[in-house]
Amino acid sequence: MMRTSSIARDALIAAGALLILAVLPLVFPGKAFSDFVIRMSAFAVFATSLNLLVGYGGMVSFGHGLFYGLGAYSFALLMQKAGTSIPMAFLLTVLISAGVAAVVGAICIRLKEIYFSFLTLAFQMLLYSLIIAWTPVTGGDQGLTGGVPRPEFLGIRLDDPHHLYLFCCAVLIASLFIMYHFVQSPFGYTLRMIRDNPRRAGFLGIQVWRVRLLAFVVAGIFGSIGGLLMSLFVSSAYPDFAYWTISGEGVFMILMGGIGVFLGPLAGAVVLLLLADIVTGLTEYFGLVLGIVILFFALGMRKGLLGFLLDLWKNRRAPAGNAVPGKH
Amino acid sequence: MDFDALLSCFGSASCVVTQATGGLISGMLLFLVAAGLSLIFGTLKVTNFMHGSLYMLGAYFAYTLYNLSGNYAIAVVGAALGVGAFALVFERVFMSRVYGSDVLLQLLVCYGFILILDDVVKIVWGAEFLAMGMPETFQHPPVMIAGGVLPVFYLFLIGITLVVAAALGFLITKTRIGKIVRAAAVNPTMTSALGINTALVFGGVFALGGMLAGLAGALAVPVRSLVSGMGFSILIESFIVTVIGGMGSVAGALVGALLIGLVRSFGTIGFPLFTDGLMFLFMTIVLIVRPSGLFGKDR
Repeated sequence: MMRTSSIARDALIAAGALLILAVLPLVFPGKAFSDFVIRMSAFAVFATSLNLLVGYGGMVSFGHGLFYGLGAYSFALLMQKAGTSIPMAFLLTVLISAGVAAVVGAICIRLKEIYFSFLTLAFQMLLYSLIIAWTPVTGGDQGLTGGVPRPEFLGIRLDDPHHLYLFCCAVLIASLFIMYHFVQSPFGYTLRMIRDNPRRAGFLGIQVWRVRLLAFVVAGIFGSIGGLLMSLFVSSAYPDFAYWTISGEGVFMILMGGIGVFLGPLAGAVVLLLLADIVTGLTEYFGLVLGIVILFFALGMRKGLLGFLLDLWKNRRAPAGNAVPGKH
Repeated sequence: MDFDALLSCFGSASCVVTQATGGLISGMLLFLVAAGLSLIFGTLKVTNFMHGSLYMLGAYFAYTLYNLSGNYAIAVVGAALGVGAFALVFERVFMSRVYGSDVLLQLLVCYGFILILDDVVKIVWGAEFLAMGMPETFQHPPVMIAGGVLPVFYLFLIGITLVVAAALGFLITKTRIGKIVRAAAVNPTMTSALGINTALVFGGVFALGGMLAGLAGALAVPVRSLVSGMGFSILIESFIVTVIGGMGSVAGALVGALLIGLVRSFGTIGFPLFTDGLMFLFMTIVLIVRPSGLFGKDR
């Protein structure tokens, strides 16, 4: 009973958020704004999916960009070479990513901490080197040329910027909604228990590896949806989408936004993209600036922006001590 | 897949020798980087995710020192010491602050430094590829073995790496310093209770690991081109090496590095598209059969 009402409430919130996003272009009519939101949606879905592993599962993947690149290339290639419809390509991309995630996950989740991080990273670099080397299919380091066709489906024309904007917002909200309910489900709590005490979870009869693998697959699916949105937006796919820096940025978005807050990665995505847009306008040495910002957050502000603000808000409302919505 | 090319290479002695020596020197460079990574991990239990950047710094330091002094020996020693000093400062000022916290923060601090160093290199040395060329000392006609080419510098590189490997093995297993390092790795609290300055040990090990990476970078300059970001692929490879060889084992790093060097070198002929894949396949098999690596003790 509690669950159905909370789903209904969250669905209402999601619908409201979508409505606000749909109306926003009327307030900010420029192309710059809608482009920003589209890019943000791709990164926010990606970073939130990574947080399923890092924040909720305690599995610090440093190769999540594997799925970002995989999603972008699978989708773009399906559209370009196989000429499938968009919903079909979407579905197939999800299936492909789930399959790859199952295989990579089965190998990686056996390992602890830093081994896990490095092994996921190594698998990502394997995809990257495949993309670079397999020029006839992937276009090598030039990326896919010739554009991604975006045929109409169900009256949605994704080559129309406004339709694309709404589509990306809808995918963003739907993905966040599903992932939120994933982490609030009993399964999500099992995942957190494993993060905090895997041995105890094992004693309670939980198959730890199965829970971790399923989380890895779900995160992989949504990671690839992030890449898919980006390939829709740029109408291509580039090797950079599979490069390790994407994973690094994802991890940093999580840390910057707040690892313990469900919407933290979203906030991190917004801030990092804003930062990127501002800094790249001023200097070509974005890495230098980003590196310094990262050090500031990693050594100074470890709870992230949203975590910091939530703490402020909680302290003000203390000593009521009510759990903050969205907090673990 | 091009099995014909691979078979015909194995059919001719000159091709085998050329590929084998090429693989051997890649393996040697890889060993130096991986040994440092493995040493740091084995002692400090942190992974120096920016180890590849130290290799890059070593290469650029050597490039500049060689252009200034014209002496390759000065360039190599100077680069190794310079990178060692840099690694020590990095460990004391930044890395030591995140030892107790989770892997995420350690990765991020290193990630930040990779980005910073890549851009610093671009600012100081430019974004273009640089090549130093072979130092004059080594400009001799190559040694020919069964029709295969073996440049003199390769012999030097292989020799110096083997000396370093032996010295490192001796230092860790036979000397008092090695005993202290191993003790600090097993139980840092107990070690410091016995009156040993573990902060000094950790800093020293980190600096030693950095020196090895810097040495590898300096030795790579005559045979590799220099570019910002060059350290990343060697980081991934040396991680694979340590997984195959076993974290914390010098002998394992040597065997793993040689295996990877040779697999890559012959792989480019037989499986040009799947050279990296071959390496991963190899690593995956090792992980499944012997999760602690060929020479590793159980984790």
